[in-house]
Amino acid sequence: MKFIDEYQNSELAKKLAQRIAGHSVRSIRLMEFCGGHTHAIMRYGIRQLLPETIEMKSGPGCPVCVTAIGDLDKAIALAHSPKVIITTFGDMMRVPGSYSSLQQAKAEGANIRVVYSTMDALEMAKASPNKSVIFIGIGFETTAPTIAASIVKAEKERIGNFYVLSFLKLTPPVMKALLGLGEIKLDGIIGPGHVCVITGSHPYGFIPEKYGVAYVISGFEPLDILLSVDKLVQQIETGSPKVEIAYRRGVKPEGNRKALELMQQVFEIDGADWRGIGIVPQSGLKINKEYQHFDANNAFSGLLRSARNDKPAKEPKGCRCGDVVRGAATPLECKLFGKACTPEKPIGPCMVSSEGACAAYYQYGASYE
Amino acid sequence: MCLAVPVKVVSIEGDEAETEIGGVRRRVSVALTPEVKAGDYVLLHTGYAIGVVDEVEAKETLKLFEEIIKLSEVH
Amino acid sequence: MNDTILLAHGSGGKLSHDLVERKFLPLLANPLLDKLDDSAIFEANGRLAFTTDSYVVNPIFFPGGDIGRLAVCGTVNDLSMNGAKPLYLSLSVIIEEGLLMADLEHIVRSIKAAADEAQVNIITGDTKIVNRGQADKLFITTSGIGIIPAGIDISGANAKAGDRVILSGTIGDHGIAIMSQREGLRFETLLESDCAPLNKLVAQIVEACPNTHCLRDPTRGGLATTLNEFAKQSNVGIAVEEDKIPVKKEVKAACELLGLDPIYVANEGKLVAIVEPGDANKVLTQMKQNCYGRDAAIIGEVTNEHTGRVIMKTRLGPSRIIDMLSGELLPRIC
Repeated sequence: MKFIDEYQNSELAKKLAQRIAGHSVRSIRLMEFCGGHTHAIMRYGIRQLLPETIEMKSGPGCPVCVTAIGDLDKAIALAHSPKVIITTFGDMMRVPGSYSSLQQAKAEGANIRVVYSTMDALEMAKASPNKSVIFIGIGFETTAPTIAASIVKAEKERIGNFYVLSFLKLTPPVMKALLGLGEIKLDGIIGPGHVCVITGSHPYGFIPEKYGVAYVISGFEPLDILLSVDKLVQQIETGSPKVEIAYRRGVKPEGNRKALELMQQVFEIDGADWRGIGIVPQSGLKINKEYQHFDANNAFSGLLRSARNDKPAKEPKGCRCGDVVRGAATPLECKLFGKACTPEKPIGPCMVSSEGACAAYYQYGASYE
Repeated sequence: MCLAVPVKVVSIEGDEAETEIGGVRRRVSVALTPEVKAGDYVLLHTGYAIGVVDEVEAKETLKLFEEIIKLSEVH
Repeated sequence: MNDTILLAHGSGGKLSHDLVERKFLPLLANPLLDKLDDSAIFEANGRLAFTTDSYVVNPIFFPGGDIGRLAVCGTVNDLSMNGAKPLYLSLSVIIEEGLLMADLEHIVRSIKAAADEAQVNIITGDTKIVNRGQADKLFITTSGIGIIPAGIDISGANAKAGDRVILSGTIGDHGIAIMSQREGLRFETLLESDCAPLNKLVAQIVEACPNTHCLRDPTRGGLATTLNEFAKQSNVGIAVEEDKIPVKKEVKAACELLGLDPIYVANEGKLVAIVEPGDANKVLTQMKQNCYGRDAAIIGEVTNEHTGRVIMKTRLGPSRIIDMLSGELLPRIC
């Protein structure tokens, strides 16, 4: 497969790893912001190729892991409403809310369908005109324009029974919040390559400028990740942190203008509740006034209010997902990891999501080394 | 965060395109990449092309890898 | 006859008899079935293997097969994996009212074709009709009886350190073929399910190597789950290499699109064999001579280390643990 296979070459990987080891003198800490990077790093065993001087931490870039438990409860509450079809990405199905999960709700009779694309949700809305089709909108800037496009299309085709429950979040504000918290000292960040296809590199200038942290935007194949680590090490060793694009075949500095325009057309920026971090100002996307008839928060406000009152959100006891997504703890440091919390009976989202740090550690065995 | 896969654009009809990867075909939306042409590769995320793959840059990256190898062999 | 199945077809009266006599019997005909007694009577000497499985696949028609073929092959294969020669099958169907008669006929023909290929007879059966909404078009349960030849002892607990792990062909074909038909996933591929009866392949393997240690077909949960089952049952470690595992390019591509790993995707016409190192090449050669084993490959070996665990050397070089599948295989976007 073109643009995939060439970036999985094991000989090149070895050589890149040697080069990194050659440059890396100081002990440094890098954060792979994006859950997709956590997944790829674990899947290919990349940590084993890196020298001991480099410590890797997972970040909050997993939209499933950072969806606030109260927000998930909202989706589950709507699911039980008759005449509602919930459409969601597969990633969300097994995440435990305060009292239930989408998967459990489905078993109890809720009409919940896993989709791969908002296009499928739109088709379902057209096919079932007497039902309300609500799309659970999780994701970052990679996904936001696709949801915006679906809302614009729904408007154009007058699909009146399509709604979006937006939990969309933005990456620069949460990076700022994390760096500002200063819980852990970071020397460099592996930047989310596909988010940056949309946003470009400009929004991240503050990371080296204000915090002195190196920032390299990375693709997701193993050679992409190794190349990015190499560039980060170089920046850090020479004391010259900056924003650099390693994923040049995908990311332009100005990003995808059309996608950004669509996002502006449909959304407005608002505060968002990040699990494990709390409310981060200006870090979420809310459907704006012009398209508010697609906002499930409006259309179902009564239902959502009473659900919130009857069943207030509560975090599972002992769960340290919040600490894990901030990089403040590794999964192994959570007392529940591997005992009360396993992929079969997960307690927190980090164990469910295929890119949650806990799931990655459990499945790929960080302890096996 | 996200899964986006490079697929080849076979044909375009309005704001949708027929794409192909490894013998598998998929209809995708190109609403976010109006500049795309048949023969281009796009990054596919949840049924939408989010960007056109820059083949020139891709070649440059592979050349960079080759240079890195050559340098390491010298040492 | 009517175009669709009605509740009345299940009531035991004339319509029921008509259904069995016109739709099932003529196609499945054999002396034991044709007697139509309450039980089929036969003699069998030796160690018997007995298995049962239900088939609820959705959609019931998919590229490369249908629920009928699956129901025969699945049970034939379960018998074969213990080294048994399959003899007889029972066939139990639960039909949702409203199923098209033409669809039922098609499925019964598939059952017949698969049974013929496997050289087994269906000797007893049952048909029930349920209200709309109480069965997803059609559910099938097949039970099977087979005879294990003397001296054959194949079990998941027999793997020993040093043994070689052989895979009969490409993985992920069935699961991806099914997913390509599912609403919401929408991709087109020429890929077909690999659904096939493996009893003849097994017979060839066992003839070449009567001392075969383990056999299993990696169905739900995929290759990774089967390897883990062996590791735990035999209390050994298993080490495989990603590069050696055959995967069709369409399966690789579909897995990329859906964010899936082929080692967790279901197969319905493949097997994993564990044999002593001295037997490996002989068994491999035999497998390749069978159409269902032509892509067979040695993918790894059994060890004394990391007992109970399966390790895979990734195509990149480093190794990682591969666990059983947890939960459902769901496509991901992240």
